[in-house]
Amino acid sequence: MLIQTGPIPVSYCGSKDLSNLREVPVSAVTDTVVRLCGEANIELPADVHQAFYQAVESEESGVGRGVLARLLENADIAQQTRLPICQDCGLAVVFVDLGQDVHLVGGDLEEAINEGVRQGYEKAFLRKSVCHPFTRANTGDNTPAVVYVRLVPGDKVHIWVVPKGGGSENMSQVKLLTPALGRDGVKKTVVETVQAAGANPCPPVIVSVAVGGTFDQAAVNAKRALLNHLDWQNPDPEAAELEAELLQEINDLGIGPAGLGGRNTALRVFADLKPCHIASLPVAVNIQCHAARHKEAVL
Amino acid sequence: MSAPIRLSTPLTSEAVSQLHAGDEVLLSGTIYTARDAAHKRIVEALEKGQEPPFPIEGAAIFYVGPSPAPPGRVIGAAGPTTSYRMDTYAPTLLALGLKAMIGKGKRGPEVKAAMVENQAVYLAAIGGAGALMAGAIDEAEVIAFPELGPEAVRRLVVKDMPLFVVNDVHGEDLYIKGAEAYGRA
Repeated sequence: MLIQTGPIPVSYCGSKDLSNLREVPVSAVTDTVVRLCGEANIELPADVHQAFYQAVESEESGVGRGVLARLLENADIAQQTRLPICQDCGLAVVFVDLGQDVHLVGGDLEEAINEGVRQGYEKAFLRKSVCHPFTRANTGDNTPAVVYVRLVPGDKVHIWVVPKGGGSENMSQVKLLTPALGRDGVKKTVVETVQAAGANPCPPVIVSVAVGGTFDQAAVNAKRALLNHLDWQNPDPEAAELEAELLQEINDLGIGPAGLGGRNTALRVFADLKPCHIASLPVAVNIQCHAARHKEAVL
Repeated sequence: MSAPIRLSTPLTSEAVSQLHAGDEVLLSGTIYTARDAAHKRIVEALEKGQEPPFPIEGAAIFYVGPSPAPPGRVIGAAGPTTSYRMDTYAPTLLALGLKAMIGKGKRGPEVKAAMVENQAVYLAAIGGAGALMAGAIDEAEVIAFPELGPEAVRRLVVKDMPLFVVNDVHGEDLYIKGAEAYGRA
């Protein structure tokens, strides 16, 4: 059979009325990213604030309670002075759920996001922490951002800005286990990753675990799970059970707030389970410091 | 927990040898900032026989890359960065009389041995409490490598900076002791 080349016949494209498409200017994306970069870095999210209060209540170590009290004080100072919560204002990770009935107009989406990061980091006096991998020369404006766009039903644009610090990212892992290692092997990998990290990623941490998919998908799923609020109830009972077991085992490590010893090493574990290849068992462990900054908006 | 110990720079072997892992310290005086890129440059300069940007003898180095100072402030958020990345360079500086390193996260065996040998301490600041730490800094001035931006070397004048002794001159390690005390097998 001959393979046809050339333009696709118009009849294949359909002739549906496109008037249900909603136009969104990319400048609105830029403006939103500017605002979210500042808010995310300066205002500790309410769910994290709440988790700190709960941790103070449950912490057995006096030093640990002192550290948690100072973290609450730090959040208040940041709010009052408009200084960032942490000097590491992170690499700007931006997730976009783009409604398939949206028509973005006026420019390139990724460039619009980068422009938002550029302006947002300058305007809010945030640290620019992006550099060339070898020369280490700083790009000067915290771009490029790391951008993940997903097409979803609807006519809205949902944007999350998640500034991700280097200290906790450096302690994260992706491992391709053999299927024989199974659920226990996954748990061992997660607990060992947190133990090896110790005080480095600024505990109490949030541990995001993604199992399954491919090498790359596991890592992205682990990062995406960090968009959830800390009091979110995982609808997958199998994942929720894994989360509870891991949280217990991680807190039994005794690393504690700031790594100085205590019962609160992690505030929350997120688990995401996906099918994978018959030969594989990918597991990604993304560690998030206690300055778990995430802000979102819907356009 | 006993009351915090007040400590002032420049530091002496005698002063730091009084400290024990787990002690809370309030540090005052002049300290210097340096992180990855600045350490590389300082140690390279020393290897070429050049002068370091500040006197190492008796000094305290704070591993920090502050956020920019908004108008009317001396510095932005200024919490510690993770220290192990400076492990390559620390023994050289400890041999020259560096008395305290301020950061967060554990140190390697060579750095711990060099602290015991040269009578120096490792102090932890609370990671992620950058806005709070800024309140302990009264003065900040870039004194070397301004092109490194947040990584430039700064001279800071601090007052009652809240810190914990992690590694002391006796070879004790608070990170190990703390986890042992609260860990459950």
